[in-house]
Amino acid sequence: MVKNVYLKNVATLKLDSNKCIGCGLCANVCPHAVILIGERLARIAELDRCMECGACVVNCPVAALSVNAGVGCASAIIHSWITGEEPSCDCGSGNSSCC
Amino acid sequence: MNQKESNCAPTTGTESANSAEKLESCCAAVGRNQQAAQGCSPPKAEENSCCPPAINHRKAGYRIEPFVKGWANMPVGEIPVIERKLKAIDYRGRIAMRWGIGREQYMITPGLYAIGSPNPQSEVLVSANYKLSLDALRSSIEGIDAWILVIDTKGINVWCAAGKGTFGTDEIVRCVHMVKLKNLVEHRRLIVPQLGAPGVAAHLVKKGCGFTVVYGPVRANDLPDFFAADMQATAVMRRVSFSLLERTILTPVEITMLRRQILYVALALMLLGGIGSHVFNLAAAWTRGSGAVFTGIVGLLSGSILTPMFLPWLPGRAFSLKGAWIGLGLAFVLALSLFSTSGLLNQTALLLQVTAISSYTAMNFTGSSTYTSPSGVEKEMRLAIPCQLTAATLALVLWLWAAF
Repeated sequence: MVKNVYLKNVATLKLDSNKCIGCGLCANVCPHAVILIGERLARIAELDRCMECGACVVNCPVAALSVNAGVGCASAIIHSWITGEEPSCDCGSGNSSCC
Repeated sequence: MNQKESNCAPTTGTESANSAEKLESCCAAVGRNQQAAQGCSPPKAEENSCCPPAINHRKAGYRIEPFVKGWANMPVGEIPVIERKLKAIDYRGRIAMRWGIGREQYMITPGLYAIGSPNPQSEVLVSANYKLSLDALRSSIEGIDAWILVIDTKGINVWCAAGKGTFGTDEIVRCVHMVKLKNLVEHRRLIVPQLGAPGVAAHLVKKGCGFTVVYGPVRANDLPDFFAADMQATAVMRRVSFSLLERTILTPVEITMLRRQILYVALALMLLGGIGSHVFNLAAAWTRGSGAVFTGIVGLLSGSILTPMFLPWLPGRAFSLKGAWIGLGLAFVLALSLFSTSGLLNQTALLLQVTAISSYTAMNFTGSSTYTSPSGVEKEMRLAIPCQLTAATLALVLWLWAAF
């Protein structure tokens, strides 16, 4: 299978290994296998695959992870530049409550 | 009872195998009426599930959803039993949806649904109130009896809603309380789709309603294997894919999103095409204008359809760069074929125009992709947008100049 990879060294994901308790939930919820559990604790194995969805951060019970989560969507970001609102998926999906 | 049984009888030849099976489950249900009296068993669900939506559910101003095939009478109330198989109307709706038609009507009412003949030990699957999400779920869990808790995500799919937080901890907790899930099931487990995780904090759901979140696979059609493996997802089940088919399905979205801009630009080009040494010429407006609209559409299709389809094989990592390459390639073909006699100014304008449009629309496909990060997209945009604007402006200037 051809791998889809995006820009290098831009993802803002950070892991504080001192806080990690090795519960493994972050590795479970990551849709791109960015985090793996090795030696009982989590480690960031493939930072460049991170899409900053925030699933691992939200599910970490000890707040060992951090990321500037958001939507990786150009039109949402343009919309937020113009309106000053947070970028969101809504506009892309044409939901009437938003646009 | 007799009347209801007769409702379940096989009617046509093609459906008979299926109906016979249903009939059996109906009759089994009748035989186990004693259990029903205890109030925690599903016989009535089975009995109802094989009959068409009962006439006593008619209510002025309401319409029964086509995917509801009956009701399960449970201690917590009547629960709609949904169809597993998608019908023609579901497929038609899906196609219309991809082209942006009737998007607002594609919500389903949040609440608890049943699939098959679930009982108090059956798992609870959490889903979004977006019709395509529920369709994907109900059509891929053949042979599994379960409860489906549809939470209110304002008609947005699981992943997008999770990113926004509407598919989230608070909404799950609210719905669990609302449908009195504790009175319905004996276990305390919720199967949440993995892509819901950006909005759901498993530990906070547990705190809020006492239910443990188990993250299911990314794709609903892996659920049967997931359950067969004692609710363990393999590494593949946990990974998001972005196959050729998945990319192609999403391409119309980009075009429908831009349709207003496309119309304005096309009109402007037709008008500007008439400007020349003779001030304004209608024939020139037609030939030059329609030529520019045509090449613009080539750029649009290049960025919004070809680039997504060939995405992994195009050089570069930034979507705008991938789109620029394929746009430039097409522009060269056009400049050397259809537009080979239009002169160097027009040809240069064509190269710039098609490349810029293709690059811009390809960049917009980041919104449909399953792997672009906001930091990456923003970085890409800060570089790409000035380039695209410069190219487009230059193209316009050269094109207008060529008329004099």
